[in-house]
Amino acid sequence: MSVNLTLLTVMGALYACGIYLLLERSLTRVLLGLMLLANATNLLILATGGYAGLAPLFDKDTAAGDYNDPLPQALILTSIVISFAVTAFMLGIIYRTWVLARQDEIQDDAEDRRVAETPSFDAEDDSVIPVETSEFPLATVMSGDRPVRADKAASEEQPGSLNVDPSPEGGGE
Amino acid sequence: MNITSLAPLAVVLPILGAALTFLLIHHPRVQRAVSIAVLTLTLLLECWLLASVWDGGTAAVNIGGWLPPWGVVLVVDQFSSLMLVVSSAVSLAVLIYATGQGMADGDRDAPVSIFHPTYLILVAGVSNAFLTGDLFNLYVGFEILLTASYVLITLGGTGPRIRAGVTYVVVSVVSSVLFLIAIAMIYGATGTINMADLAIKLGDLDQGTRTLLHVMLLVAFGIKAAVFPLSFWLPDSYPTAPAPVTAVFAGLLTKVGVYAMVRTETLLFPGDALNAPLMVAALLTMVVGILGALAQSDIKRLLSFTLVSHIGYMVFGLAMSTVAGLGAAVFYVAHHITVQTSLFLVTGLIERRGGSSSMDRVAGLAKLSPVLGVLFFIPAMNLAGIPPFSGFLGKLGLLQAGVELGTPLAYALVIGGVLTSLLTLLAIARVWNRAFWRKPGDAEHPDPVLLAAPADSATGDRAGKTNVTLLPRTMVGSTLGLVVFGVALTVFAGPLFRVADQSAQEMLDRTSYIQAVLGPDAPVPPVPPSLHPAQVREGGGK
Repeated sequence: MSVNLTLLTVMGALYACGIYLLLERSLTRVLLGLMLLANATNLLILATGGYAGLAPLFDKDTAAGDYNDPLPQALILTSIVISFAVTAFMLGIIYRTWVLARQDEIQDDAEDRRVAETPSFDAEDDSVIPVETSEFPLATVMSGDRPVRADKAASEEQPGSLNVDPSPEGGGE
Repeated sequence: MNITSLAPLAVVLPILGAALTFLLIHHPRVQRAVSIAVLTLTLLLECWLLASVWDGGTAAVNIGGWLPPWGVVLVVDQFSSLMLVVSSAVSLAVLIYATGQGMADGDRDAPVSIFHPTYLILVAGVSNAFLTGDLFNLYVGFEILLTASYVLITLGGTGPRIRAGVTYVVVSVVSSVLFLIAIAMIYGATGTINMADLAIKLGDLDQGTRTLLHVMLLVAFGIKAAVFPLSFWLPDSYPTAPAPVTAVFAGLLTKVGVYAMVRTETLLFPGDALNAPLMVAALLTMVVGILGALAQSDIKRLLSFTLVSHIGYMVFGLAMSTVAGLGAAVFYVAHHITVQTSLFLVTGLIERRGGSSSMDRVAGLAKLSPVLGVLFFIPAMNLAGIPPFSGFLGKLGLLQAGVELGTPLAYALVIGGVLTSLLTLLAIARVWNRAFWRKPGDAEHPDPVLLAAPADSATGDRAGKTNVTLLPRTMVGSTLGLVVFGVALTVFAGPLFRVADQSAQEMLDRTSYIQAVLGPDAPVPPVPPSLHPAQVREGGGK
């Protein structure tokens, strides 16, 4: 089976551009990248059907190299329809992102960042328990790196961390 | 007429139902009735299918009268019909839960009218992926369910859902493109995309080409199944969707990926060429997933990480490619679909009762709503693998199979599996301690909803009437139904394990599948020689 070199080169270029665009942060470019990838794949499927330009007509007497396999064309048709639907949906999402956030960029997951920044210190499990032995409870305990009055130590606790303000999107405000 | 020839109805019925519910979009009451009726009908049909292949046997249906290997075939065997029944039962429970939520909220937060048609299409896609015996049709099945899931995950179009949806859509499309490239290359190499035909022809390719095709399919399915390191997208995108949507995604979508991996490994690429890398991936999935879960403070995110982690168990069972290992993996998939879905449904209820799903904001639920406590506790213990629940039985089967295999890597996975199970218990216990056992006032930032309920003057607690308004009976009832279904998997674990082992036997043997599709005269190529002596004894040398 011989393959059309032009189609092959175009396919390679489409894959390269597609992957490059996919790695961008702008959503429109990501979408363009996905479209290029889909089209490159369509060309790849087309290449499996035989040499371009032959008719997909089969007769028992036809030699294997003289006709085109029609099945890949049916596969391409299906994949075009699917990528059309996905592209339309992506455009809808991109428009919605623009309406909501006025930006065409992939946004960070705020909760993910918050969890990543949370130190391993757990106020509930790890904080120093002030042991009050004196009759006059004015002792100070070390809460992290600051001295805190023992009877106030409990109110210093913050969720999951030592006085690290959670981001507005996070679990606590 | 043989019942298995009705198998296409498992796909067609939900699609027709979707069309009908779309027409009924302005009659929510009728729409709900129609979609529940359609799913119930589908479930009954699939139970019938399962009953017909319960004692073994595989049947193939040629769609449109095209003979294989040219036409599309649907194949009903024990594994696919078991997956169909479990997935439909779970999706029916979630559908009832979602209608309950829609009725209670007056459809304000989410346009539930579009929910029903989309949901039914999702179910159709899942059924198609389970049934199909054609690689391109598997791709189409994936696309049907993915496109429906794009709509569901961005339902309502709020900021966080759009953000999560973008990640989800882009990752899914990339994995689909990889799958399509793999299909094109497989077609180029063999000239067929019928899976039974491929099982015969792929064996004739040289080792390098075969490994390339094998790896491409595994990577494409690995993204869908969320196997580490391809699982990064899941915990970011699942938690923001509405509770029933997250529940059905967590239960079904990753398992469709696992199902596709099982089919690829057993039917198309038998032998143990890539078993060692798969085992390493399984180990990393288990351990990294559960360590992620321990860091979370949001229950939904925590459950998403445990979902990733437990995919590792299934990959472990698959990677052993022994009857015992694969059988345990099949059982584990059925168990995990049920348990993970019920946990996400309960989290939806926690969010309603406590106002939030963050462990910093919710506390004291055990006293506020003891029913909620029980509903959470049973599947949670089940997930962690506490005896006598099905999670314990599935893990026990996997660990036994691992010890039986006896390679150093298998022992490493056995240790990793036990460790993951313990860490799951720790993660679950943290939720239980913080969200259920503390006093409501002890939460770091108690949610207003949690404290809003007026104290009952007679008993002094905050439960009572608030529970009824915040937790509608339909939602609690459907969750309860699913929890009971999960317990039933434990009670009927004996027959289930028998079916799972039988289906593993058939999948590793491949004869019944290939001959059901291509006719009784089809040649069945021998399984390539195995590297491990234990495997020759167990699964290989038939």
